[in-house]
Amino acid sequence: MSCTVTMTVNGKAVTREVEERTLLVHFLREHLALTGTHVGCDTSQCGACVVHVDGRSVKSCTMLAVQAEGASVTTIEGLAAADGTLHPMQAAFREHHGLQCGFCTPGMVMSAVDLVKDNPTPTESEVREGLEGNICRCTGYHNIVKAVLAGAEAMRAGEPAAAAAE
Amino acid sequence: MANPTGIGASVRRREDQRFLTGRGTYTEDIKRPNQTHVHMLRSPYAHARIRGVNAADALKAPGVVAVFTGADMAADNVNSLPCGWLIHSKDGSPMKEPPHFPIARDKARYVGDIVAVVIAETREQAKDAAELIDVGYEDLPAVVSLRQAVDGSAAQVHDEVAGNLCYDWHLGDAAAVDAAFAGAAHVTKLDLVNNRLVPNAMEPRAALGEYDPATGEHTLTTTSQNPHVIRLLMGAFVLGIPEHKLRVVAPDVGGGFGSKIFHYGEEAIVTWAAKKVGRPVKWTAERSESFLSDAHGRDHLTHAELALDKDGNFLALKVSTLANMGAYLSTFSTSIPTYLYATLLAGQYKTPAIYAEVKALFTNTAPVDAYRGAGRPEACYLIERLVEIAAREMGIDKTEIRRRNFVPAEAMPYQTPVALQYDTGDFAKNLDMALPAVDYAGFAQRKAEAAKRGRLRGIGFATYIEACGIAPSNVAGALGARAGLYESAEVRFHPTGSVTVFTGSHSHGQGHETTFAQIVAERFGIPIENVEIVHGDTAKVPFGMGTYGSRSLAVGGSALVKAMDKVERKARKIAAHLMEAAETDIEVKDGRFTVAGTDKSVGIGDIALAAYVPHNFPLDELEPGLDEQAFYDPKNFTYPNGCHVCEVEIDPDTGVVSVESFSAVDDFGRVINPLIVEGQVHGGIVQGIGQALFENCVYDEDTGQLITGSYMDYCMPRAHDVPSFAVSWHEDQPCTHNPLGVKGCGEAGTIGAAAAVMNAVIDALAEHGVTHLDMPATPEKVWRALNQSRPAMAAE
Repeated sequence: MSCTVTMTVNGKAVTREVEERTLLVHFLREHLALTGTHVGCDTSQCGACVVHVDGRSVKSCTMLAVQAEGASVTTIEGLAAADGTLHPMQAAFREHHGLQCGFCTPGMVMSAVDLVKDNPTPTESEVREGLEGNICRCTGYHNIVKAVLAGAEAMRAGEPAAAAAE
Repeated sequence: MANPTGIGASVRRREDQRFLTGRGTYTEDIKRPNQTHVHMLRSPYAHARIRGVNAADALKAPGVVAVFTGADMAADNVNSLPCGWLIHSKDGSPMKEPPHFPIARDKARYVGDIVAVVIAETREQAKDAAELIDVGYEDLPAVVSLRQAVDGSAAQVHDEVAGNLCYDWHLGDAAAVDAAFAGAAHVTKLDLVNNRLVPNAMEPRAALGEYDPATGEHTLTTTSQNPHVIRLLMGAFVLGIPEHKLRVVAPDVGGGFGSKIFHYGEEAIVTWAAKKVGRPVKWTAERSESFLSDAHGRDHLTHAELALDKDGNFLALKVSTLANMGAYLSTFSTSIPTYLYATLLAGQYKTPAIYAEVKALFTNTAPVDAYRGAGRPEACYLIERLVEIAAREMGIDKTEIRRRNFVPAEAMPYQTPVALQYDTGDFAKNLDMALPAVDYAGFAQRKAEAAKRGRLRGIGFATYIEACGIAPSNVAGALGARAGLYESAEVRFHPTGSVTVFTGSHSHGQGHETTFAQIVAERFGIPIENVEIVHGDTAKVPFGMGTYGSRSLAVGGSALVKAMDKVERKARKIAAHLMEAAETDIEVKDGRFTVAGTDKSVGIGDIALAAYVPHNFPLDELEPGLDEQAFYDPKNFTYPNGCHVCEVEIDPDTGVVSVESFSAVDDFGRVINPLIVEGQVHGGIVQGIGQALFENCVYDEDTGQLITGSYMDYCMPRAHDVPSFAVSWHEDQPCTHNPLGVKGCGEAGTIGAAAAVMNAVIDALAEHGVTHLDMPATPEKVWRALNQSRPAMAAE
């Protein structure tokens, strides 16, 4: 059985015919070719698929595409500015080497942005608690935590993390 | 002035732009026109005879294109997946190598063994149809654990392998060890389990097979650390496809940690099936499949004894290990508990006599192979646990007993009694750097302060040495390696002076695109932006062995230097011609070629232009072009080493262990990009902490079912489980036998961390009479150890 879903993804209205059982993550990856959002597990544990739905971070493997009907979805592809300037959190991850293989990175960055929206001045411990839904196997989290703290500072200052870190 | 993007600079990674913006290209991201999806139907039984496979209903299901079984592959003469290292037993007999077919033929031998594959228009259709396949299984008794495997009454995983014994191997001088034990003042004994782990790269394995009937060319895109190795093994041994008709591409790969070295059956299945169905065939593992079918790591049972004199000097070490191979021999499985484990049993110590025997056993579990560190963490854990137990038993400070036994820096090069010759290392210096860094003198006070809060505090050390960049090829070959162990590089200058480097190494998180470019930028005095690093495609790069065992920089980087040497030699001749000088008068610095004693010079960019537009060029002496290739075969291993120190606190009411601090002092030789090296150490440490405190792969001993088959059951370390780390190193002991002086840093954290953490845990528990715990030190295990007299929790 298929049905029609309509939503806004990265600022653009999209409508597609999908199987009803289609998960939001598969809708993004396979119907919209937005392959930046990754699937790292099948039990909603790893967080590689985190996107923003109406401004809140969501594991897009826990949600059917039809549940996002009418919603505004932002994926990692939609995070940087239109001119390509990285979001302060993206810039902070680069500056602080907060990624290695890059697979968990989109989910990690999307979670971090939402974490900082809720708590603009997180402590190291709050960052670690806040990222408990995202697994990284490469970095040992050390530089991710550094990046999120720097990204938070840059988001507060409204300027790129690279400059804030100097 | 130093090149700001050259050697030693923390250049921000060039690969990050695509990963941070969602524009990486992992295998699963690739979508080919007309592609099909394959679902692997896996055995739910650990050990079962396959009486038949009835796919009639599945073939009628919506979207199904084909169903294949082991019989179909047999009809096409598809062969067994080969093992890359032949081990001989003590008695000289070769190891047992039962066949390992991509799709099982007679029996399924572990939960997850592939018994049929379904190809359909969508992955959902393939998965749905697989449920309609009727496999006639005859359930057989399973051999699950090592203890079961060595029990003479156990079932046999392979009918032709008596006692499930793959090999019974040894290394060292048993007589010398026995003599030393006879005269020992003290003997420390230890039985330990090195727990089985699942590597868990965050990108699940995936493979995409394509076939072009017009050219007869096959293409496999796969999540591999070494595409040429896959091409050789799959092409020559499994499918019989000649190399010039087989391209293997490993695009962006989301972590490997060893688990993506090996040639897996799924790769052969998609490549073979793409030709059968005449369409691209794609497979992506679900995480549950990864747990079942990725090669696992570790899984040793060991008894060891250390003999000491009255002053705590090590006299001899005796080790007996059972190593689990799983149901089949994965690509490098046999070398891990032998040449990558027993050869490291000297550690940093001058123990004069060592003897190790290793029995490798088949069980009805997933194959076991290299996982980050691969044999070396097992060796380090064993030695460093023994050392701290011996120190406690003899009343010697744990740092002092190490210091007494270190191989002194002035003894380098040092021949160990277990085959290796260390080239450099100053182990006392590592310890000297670590002690003030961790305020060892202040530990007693911290412990007392913790006790006031009701917490048990412990400190643990681990000193490690690892052997990286396995080599030379001829020595490895004599020891049973069935492959070369060199690396390749090609340095191609373009006419206008930019450079493309083709490396046989492969990056799946390590940052080669940055580090390798820094080496080229430094050598030729050009900005890093002018250098592109290409890897991971057999159609582009020269034959290379890929990335594993911390070898990329030591072996691949050395190949790169050799290729740059060739470029420079040719450029020097061209420069001499352009400046009408003698070649011997040309001096080269930072890519500038100068006639000695004059101000006449020419840059590498102008030389490149002259090479490709050879109007003013010595055509009768030199070929046009500036494009050189090199293969580098190392003269020896490299020997990274270090001292890792961990402090933990334990809550005696809950048994929860918290890592309060972790400090690493390492010797990686010369460091090219400090930022990247630190990141490698951090990640390695957390994998070691994971093994020590959280991770454990468990099969049910009766049924062989994988109990820890998802992230709900297999405990991955998360951000709040670990602290930030103090990482430092020194660079005054560079490797003596490679041109960069580099040793490798990828596995160090994992090798040292598990031992340091467990030593800290036992140190914290020692006053309660606990002398040893097996990993992982979960809250339940720690609580039970502290409450031995209380009834078991399960009984409450």
